[in-house]
Amino acid sequence: MVAFSISHDRIPNNVHLSDDKRLQRALEMWQPNFLNWWLDMGPQGFQEKDIYLRTATSVDSDGWAVFDYVKMPEYRWGIFLSPPEKNRTIPGGDFAGDPVWNEVPGEFRASLRRLIVTQADTEPASVEQQRRLGETCPSLYDLRNLFQVNVEEGRHLWAMVYLLQTYFGRDGREEAEALLNRRSGNIDKPRILSTFNEPIDEWLSLFMFTNFTDRDGKFQLLALAESAFEPLSRTCRFMLTEEAHHLFVGQTGIQRVIRKTAELMNEHDCDDVRPFEAIPLSIIQRYINFWYSSSLDLFGSEQSSNAATYFAAGLKARAHEARDYEDHAAKTGHYDLEVLKNGQLVKESIPLRNAMNEILRDDYIKDNEKGLNKWNIELQKHHIQHTLYLPHRRFNRTVGLYSDHHFDPQGHLISKDQWEESKTHWLPSKEDRAFVKSLMKPVTERGHYASWIAPPLKGINALPNDFEYVKI
Amino acid sequence: MFIQFQTHPDAYRHWRLKIESQIARLVLDVKEDEGLYKDYKLKLNSYDLSVDIELADAISRIRFEHPEVKVVVISSGNERAFSAGANIFMLGQSSHEFKVNFCKFTNETRLYMEDASLHSGIHFICAASGTTAGGGYELALACDEIILVDDGNSAVSLPEVPLLGVLPGTGGLTRVVDKRKVRKDLADVFCTISEGIKGERAVSWNLVDTVVSKSHFQDAVEKRAQEVAGQTDKSIKKDIQLAPIICQSSNNLFQYDYVHLEIDIEKRLATITIEAPRTPQPETAEEISQLGSELWALKAFRELDEAILKLRFNFCDIGLIIFKTKGNPAHILDAEKSLLQLTKTSQPFWFAKEVLLHMKRVLKRIDVTSRSLVTLIEPHSAFAGSLAELVFAADRSYMLSHSESFIQLSNISHETLPMGNGLSRLEARYYGAPDMLENVRHRFSEGPIDAKTCQTLGLVTFVLDEIDYEDEVRLFLEERTSLSPDALTGMEANLRFIGPETLETKIFSRLSAWQNWVFIRDNATGPTGALSNYGKPTRPQFDFTRC
Ligand SMILES: [Fe+2]
Ligand SMILES: [Fe+2]
Repeated sequence: MVAFSISHDRIPNNVHLSDDKRLQRALEMWQPNFLNWWLDMGPQGFQEKDIYLRTATSVDSDGWAVFDYVKMPEYRWGIFLSPPEKNRTIPGGDFAGDPVWNEVPGEFRASLRRLIVTQADTEPASVEQQRRLGETCPSLYDLRNLFQVNVEEGRHLWAMVYLLQTYFGRDGREEAEALLNRRSGNIDKPRILSTFNEPIDEWLSLFMFTNFTDRDGKFQLLALAESAFEPLSRTCRFMLTEEAHHLFVGQTGIQRVIRKTAELMNEHDCDDVRPFEAIPLSIIQRYINFWYSSSLDLFGSEQSSNAATYFAAGLKARAHEARDYEDHAAKTGHYDLEVLKNGQLVKESIPLRNAMNEILRDDYIKDNEKGLNKWNIELQKHHIQHTLYLPHRRFNRTVGLYSDHHFDPQGHLISKDQWEESKTHWLPSKEDRAFVKSLMKPVTERGHYASWIAPPLKGINALPNDFEYVKI
Repeated sequence: MFIQFQTHPDAYRHWRLKIESQIARLVLDVKEDEGLYKDYKLKLNSYDLSVDIELADAISRIRFEHPEVKVVVISSGNERAFSAGANIFMLGQSSHEFKVNFCKFTNETRLYMEDASLHSGIHFICAASGTTAGGGYELALACDEIILVDDGNSAVSLPEVPLLGVLPGTGGLTRVVDKRKVRKDLADVFCTISEGIKGERAVSWNLVDTVVSKSHFQDAVEKRAQEVAGQTDKSIKKDIQLAPIICQSSNNLFQYDYVHLEIDIEKRLATITIEAPRTPQPETAEEISQLGSELWALKAFRELDEAILKLRFNFCDIGLIIFKTKGNPAHILDAEKSLLQLTKTSQPFWFAKEVLLHMKRVLKRIDVTSRSLVTLIEPHSAFAGSLAELVFAADRSYMLSHSESFIQLSNISHETLPMGNGLSRLEARYYGAPDMLENVRHRFSEGPIDAKTCQTLGLVTFVLDEIDYEDEVRLFLEERTSLSPDALTGMEANLRFIGPETLETKIFSRLSAWQNWVFIRDNATGPTGALSNYGKPTRPQFDFTRC
């Protein structure tokens, strides 16, 4: 008998797990390996601690956010799909308007599996990237937020593994195992996307990651939520509710750093707040430039035949395809793309379907502008005459048609020499990174916050800021 | 129109079959107006599928119903021509898939004649009086011996290239050089002159064996037939009758006695289920003869053959065939054991031998069928002996892991049922792994092989448990039938035939593949192509790009 029992109590779910023999068997084999992976590669140093975490126990309004102290290895990772929409039809592509698929059509098995595996791989990867951050937490409140994000990324892995194990047979089970065997940053068995192989070893980067990279995740999920494959769509819709919290951690994290800097700038009437162990706006801007541009890369090439194929087959679609668009076939439309011809940027019209990556990137950019606006309002509140910006989408790209050239943050084409000369003004320098790291000293007293970050405006679950979010 | 393959000598329209003691006379006398379709005339003994279906039937009848026959003389009832070959107007208006299937079927029949010559001691003499052109000459080439009339006019020819811009599609190119060993440059000359070669030159190039003047022609053929009949030793008395194959059909469901064919038009797949003998089969020659064509080993395979042909010609958009079996595997093994034993005596029992040769032919027909083949080995199936060959003929096999799922091997897989390349399907399967083949051979008499062992031995592609099986198979079927049918046909044909080439594999690969390519080129079938313009006042215009 396996030590682990598959029950609703242990694995909260709304997928009839107790009736699903195939899934039970697959999970019986997978779950112990997941737990080993979690102990091995999950947050370091806090596995035995009681942490005030939110657990989803159902998809109802009273069940999706149940708060209590829990030790992370005992966290109840569940499997949830958003409730089905009645008579949902395929939102986009050649089959738009047909009933959605409740099973994987054999024709698209390989492509769908690839899509799911790629998404799934980012979930454990981010946990691995962040595993040492607990050592340098700026407060118990932030520490708890980190772990909340971590366990939820773990749950996202569960969600994807559920799809692989339920709908993709043996191959799916093998892929589910492989998800536990790849390791972020390991040369021999790296995570699939290169961004997810860089360790995140200080908290400013964590906030940047959860704001910018998780936001990429949000848009990938929005595209997958429009899938013709109903279980994938429903899974992604539920994941989006959790992703919103990760974005909150990033968005407000950066905002609190800015607030602290602004307060110190006013207090000492200076720009350089480094002597007061806080992070100057110039460094914050360079971090934004770096994280924003590398997150833009995650959307892939501007012109992509893969994207067209996925869209045509209905495997994914544009964000809010069903809600926001009229021409769901997108067969005849075009997209104007700025391309480089003979050293000049010129508009080129490409078939709409091939531009699906770029369309999703457009949405992502708009979403980021809202966040940026909040940070600038924070500065205005403190009467600081400085505006943070998002660099142009062409800036510092390593993927797509702008990656072979250099552009300044305004998007102007510049020479390699100009780039080399200016890049330390635009991107975090070694010194910047060393300075930020030097600030990372753990603060674990209740209600205390590190020198470089302001306390949150309110606590978790309407609790005060000095609540004991983690029992050290 | 739904094409049927059953016929009987009494119903032949284009052939006359006469048996005189040990000599069978097959006279080709095509009725111009009685082709398969009415919009062309089968002039000059040219043929269409209806003519070839009768020929195939005649060869089968000779083998089973007239086992005493030692010589088959194929001659013409037409004054002017032996045969002008496949009818060009029929070809010109046929769909590509029909042309391809037509050529495949005629090739199989020619090979069937050669198989009868090699294994059943039937000597084929072609009495080529008059025009022997294209497919007509290819029919002659399938015979052991060609006697051509020497009238200063009658020639043998392969005019396809110069006249029609296509290839001789029934093995002509292959047999001229491979079988008759005509020197390749002379063959090149021969294949590019439309009027062909006649008289002594035809003999000296070995395009025919002898030429005889018109006045002596009949006598010479007769003399030669008697001569050969006297040479060979064949003293068979008791024949069997091939009963009509009975098939009940409704709604894409074809129910034979042991074979069941079900067509799923929407999913573009067919399921063929073959049932094992319901009762123990007879063991002695006497009892086996008595059963005749009711014998399971003959009946089931005749039905299977018919089902495959029906599928090929009438359901061209069915991309995949699932093979299933059911019944008691022990009955198959016992039946085949008796047949094998009866052929291994000093006086091999002719009927047992013909039944096994027939099995071989049907399995070969499956090998060259351009549909994806998959076997499903499920509980209570009967993949034993000859039916286990279906597992190895298939492109993939899925086995449900279950206490009642087995494969059972027997000596029949050893050398009785070789593929066109001369290898047994097991030899082909383990081509690079003789050790594995040895392992498998040790299992021949060891009874049922369970799923786990099948996997270890590599007998099946995938073994799946109950939880996965259904979904995996469904996904595979959907995935497979969504791929390009052309690419699949090419891929499967390449992967199925590993190892050595034979005349047969050359015909089905090199010759057919090139022919099928030429068929779809504009230079043949485009508006200005040679085939399209044949018999019209316009001349073909070629795109001279070589590719
Ligand atoms: Fe996630
Ligand atoms: Fe996330």
